[in-house]
Amino acid sequence: MSDTYDTPDTRDMLDRTRQGVIGQPLDRPEGPLKVAGQATYAAEYARENCAEGVLVGATISTGRVTAIHKDEVLAMPGVLGVYAAPQMLRRPAQGTAGEAPLQDPSRVDYPLQPVALVVAETFEQATAAAKALRIDYDDASDKARFLPTQETAEAAKEPVTAGDLEAALRDAAHVIDANFTTPGHASAAMEPHAAVAEWDGDDLTLWGSLQMIAFNVAELADSLGIDPKHVRILSPYVGGGFGSKLGISHEAVAASLAARELGRPVRVVMSRQLVFQSIMRRSETVQRIRLGAGADGRLTAFGHEALVSNLPEESFSEPVTQASEFLYAGDNRLLGVRKSDITRLTAGSVRAPGEAVGMQALEVAMDELAIATNLDPVELRKRNLPETVPGQGTPYSSRRLVEALDAGAAAFGWDQRSPTPCARREGEWWIGMGMSSAARVNILAKAEARVTLTAQGHVVVETDHTDIGTGSYAIFGQIAAEMLGQPIDRTTVKLGDSLLPAGSGSGGSWGASSTGSAVFYACEAIRATLAQALGCSADQLILKDGQAWAEGVDARPVTDLLTEDLTRTGKIEPGELMEKVNQSTYGAFFCEVAVNAFTGETRLRRMTGAFGFGRVLNAKTARSQCIGGMVWGIGSALTEELSFDARDGHLVNHDLAEYHVPVHADIPPMEVILLEERDADASPLQSKGVGELGICGAAGAIANAIYNACGVRLRDFPMTPDKLLADLPDPFAPAA
Amino acid sequence: MAHRPAARLTINGQSQDFQGDPRRTLLDFLRLDLGLTGTKKGCDHGQCGACTVIVNGRRINSCLSLAAMHDGDEITTIEGLGTPEALSTLQKAFVAHDGFQCGYCTPGQICSAAAMIDEIRAGWPSAVGDDPTEMPTTVTDDEIRERMSGNLCRCGAYDNIVSAIREAMAAEEEVAQ
Repeated sequence: MSDTYDTPDTRDMLDRTRQGVIGQPLDRPEGPLKVAGQATYAAEYARENCAEGVLVGATISTGRVTAIHKDEVLAMPGVLGVYAAPQMLRRPAQGTAGEAPLQDPSRVDYPLQPVALVVAETFEQATAAAKALRIDYDDASDKARFLPTQETAEAAKEPVTAGDLEAALRDAAHVIDANFTTPGHASAAMEPHAAVAEWDGDDLTLWGSLQMIAFNVAELADSLGIDPKHVRILSPYVGGGFGSKLGISHEAVAASLAARELGRPVRVVMSRQLVFQSIMRRSETVQRIRLGAGADGRLTAFGHEALVSNLPEESFSEPVTQASEFLYAGDNRLLGVRKSDITRLTAGSVRAPGEAVGMQALEVAMDELAIATNLDPVELRKRNLPETVPGQGTPYSSRRLVEALDAGAAAFGWDQRSPTPCARREGEWWIGMGMSSAARVNILAKAEARVTLTAQGHVVVETDHTDIGTGSYAIFGQIAAEMLGQPIDRTTVKLGDSLLPAGSGSGGSWGASSTGSAVFYACEAIRATLAQALGCSADQLILKDGQAWAEGVDARPVTDLLTEDLTRTGKIEPGELMEKVNQSTYGAFFCEVAVNAFTGETRLRRMTGAFGFGRVLNAKTARSQCIGGMVWGIGSALTEELSFDARDGHLVNHDLAEYHVPVHADIPPMEVILLEERDADASPLQSKGVGELGICGAAGAIANAIYNACGVRLRDFPMTPDKLLADLPDPFAPAA
Repeated sequence: MAHRPAARLTINGQSQDFQGDPRRTLLDFLRLDLGLTGTKKGCDHGQCGACTVIVNGRRINSCLSLAAMHDGDEITTIEGLGTPEALSTLQKAFVAHDGFQCGYCTPGQICSAAAMIDEIRAGWPSAVGDDPTEMPTTVTDDEIRERMSGNLCRCGAYDNIVSAIREAMAAEEEVAQ
C-alpha cells in the first residue's frame, strides 16, 4: 500500500470514535515538568567530566583566516584545545537540508561568523580564552556588498503571471500602487542553541536543541563524514525554535569534533549575541503592491513584487508572495520575488516565512483599496474571494475566511468603528480600529510514528518528532487515546530521540497534522487487529475507556483481546492532493490601538483573531499557537527590527536589550475564535497547521488601526513613533 | 595560588558551600555545580528574565550576580517552589492556563510572579496607576503586565501568563481568608 495521501479521507473517523478527547482543551502532559523546572533542555544533560566550549566569531566581514594563535591561549588556565577544523560549519543548515551546510570556517562569509572553538575545563576559562584568542585574517571586506539592490538581484523563481497586469491597471476604476518595507527579523527563541556531545567508540550521542531530528542526524553525520547510524540525537525538550533550529548549527559540529578529539564530553552553548549574529535572519523585504479594481471593488489586477536578500550560494529566499498566489481575485497578475546576494548573516526560515511579511503589506494595500472604493474593509475582502486559484484554476479545500471575517467582526464589535480617521480621542490618545485577513499555506510532510497498545492497556506513542512548545506531547496522545479508546492518563508520548521512527519534524506548521496522521494510521492498524480478535469489522469496532464492543457483540475489556503488546507503525507521505487542491489556512484579525497624539507611540488595546485550520486537535494548545502568532504580529508591527551596519554588514542590535521582542506590557487582552472545520484534503485527521497562521497579516491590522486612529498611513515597518511623528495631526485640534 | 572566595548559601532550604572561580555567576553555580537546571540561561546579560530566582525574598536575575556575593543569603529557585508531584498554586495555574509553550522562560516567569505577588502585598508602587508613589487600591491586569515585563516569553504566552497569575492570586487570597 502506498503511503502517499492521494484521496481525501472523508470517513470522519475522529468524529465517530467515542473516547471524546480529540480537540479537547487538555493540559499539556509535560506541563508539570516544565513549570517545576524539571524538563531537561539540551545544555542541561550532566555528563561526567564534561568540558566547556565557547565559539569565537570573526572580526572581519569577508575574507580568510590566515593564522590562529592557539599557543597563547593553550597556556591559559584550564584550556584544553582550540579547534578550527575544516568540518566545522561556516553557516547553519537550512530547514530540511538533510546534508551538511557550507563548511570550513577558515573562509569568512559574514561578520562574526564562528571561526574557532575554544574548549576548557570550565565555562569561565573557555570564555576568557575565547576573548583572548588572536586571529589573523586576509580581509576582503572592501570587495563585499552589504546592501541589497534591485540592480544586483535575480529572480528567486519563475514569476507567476496571468493576463496583462499593466493593461488591467490602466483600465481599473481604482488603483493602489504602493511600496512597503519590512526589516529583518530574528527568531530569538528563549533557549540559545546548545549541544552536549559524547562519543562511545565510533558512536556519537548529541543532546541538542533541534526541530527536525531525522534531518539533523543526516546533516550532522554528513558534516562529520560518518555514517548516520553512528549518530544519535536527543532533543526531547526544545526551548523554542521558530525556524532557527530546523537545521544543525555551528555548536553541534564543533562540540562533536572537540569531544572526539579530547575523548571526553564537550558542551557548547552559544551566547545570545552569537545566536543573533550567526544563526538565521528573516530577510528584509522591499515590496511593491499594485491593485486594480472596478467601481464595485472587485479586483481585476493584482501585482506583488518583492526584493529580498541572502548570502551568495544560499538557495533560500523569503517567499514573500506565497499567500498572494491564492488569497484574492484578480485575473491579471504578476507575482515575483527577486533575491540580492549580500554579506550579512544567513537568511532562512523564521516563523511563517513568506506570509509573515508578505501578508502584512498586502493587507495594508487592501485597506487602502477599501478606502478608495468606499467599502468596508471586511466587505472588500469578501468580494474578492476567487472560486478557484487565479491563473491556475486549482480548487480550494476548506476555506472558512468569510466565517472568520464575520465571527471576528461580531466578537470584536467591528460595527462600532468609524471609517473616518481621527474620529475618536481619549485624553492624549487617538483611538482606532483595524482589521486584516490571515492566510498561510498548508503542508503535509513525510512522517512515521509507532504506537504500542500494551497487554495492560497502556498506549505508548513513539516518534523522533519534537515538541518546540507546539503541543506535540498533548496532541499525539489525544489522537492515540481517541483512536484506541483509552483514557488520556493511560497514554504516554515519547519524542525527540533519533532512535524512534522519523516524524516530520517541527517546522512549517506541518508537525501536528503530518506526524499526527502517522500516529492515526498506526492506531488504525491496531484497531484492525483488535476488531479481528473481537470478531467484527474495523468499521464496526467501538473502543471507549478500555472497553471494546460492536453492534451485536458484547463489550469486553481490550486487555482480554491482547495476549501481548501490540505494536504498529504508521506512515504518511504527501501525495497528489497537495498538488490538485489548494490547501491553506485562513483567519481574520481585528484590533484597537491608541496612538499618542504628541509622541506617536502606539499601544495595542485589544486584539481578536478568528481562525479556520481544519480540525482542532487540542483547543488549548491551538489557542496558544494563535496568541503566540499574534504576539509576533505585534512585534513585527511595532518593535522588531534587525539593524545592520551599512559599512560592514554587521548586526548592530544582537541581543534582547536592543532587538525588541514584545514584553508583557506590550500585549493586550487577546480573544481567539477557533472555527470548527474538517479538511479531508489536507490529512486523514482533517486538520491543517496552526503554528504560524496567527502572524500572517496581524501587523497589517495594526497598521490599518493606526491609520484609522490618527490618519497616518505607514508602509514602513516597524511603525515606531519617529515614523508617525512628522505626519501626526495637530494634537490640539478637536476630534473629527 | 588564585584567590578562591568562599560563600555559604542557603538554597531551597539546604546549605550549600561555594568555593571556586570568582567569575562564576549565581546562575552557573546553580546550573553547573548544583545541577539545579530549572533556572534557565536565556541571555546571560539580564535582558530576558529566564534566570530569575528569589534572593532573601526579592527577585533578581541570577546571571547578573556572582555566586561569591551571596554569603549568608537565602535563595529560592523554581525547584524550591514545588515539584511535579506537588506543584505550588502558581505552578498549577500556569499548567491550567497554558501559561507557557516551550517552557524555557517558565521557571523565571513563575519565580518572578511569586516575588511580584509579595511586592504587591507589601504595597510597592509601580509606574501603572495614577500615583506612582502609592500602590493602587486594585490590582489591574495592566499592573501585572508592567511588573512582569522583565520576563520575556518568545512563544507569546503573555495573555495566558496573566490569567494564571490572576487565578493564583485569587486562590491564595481565598486561602488567606
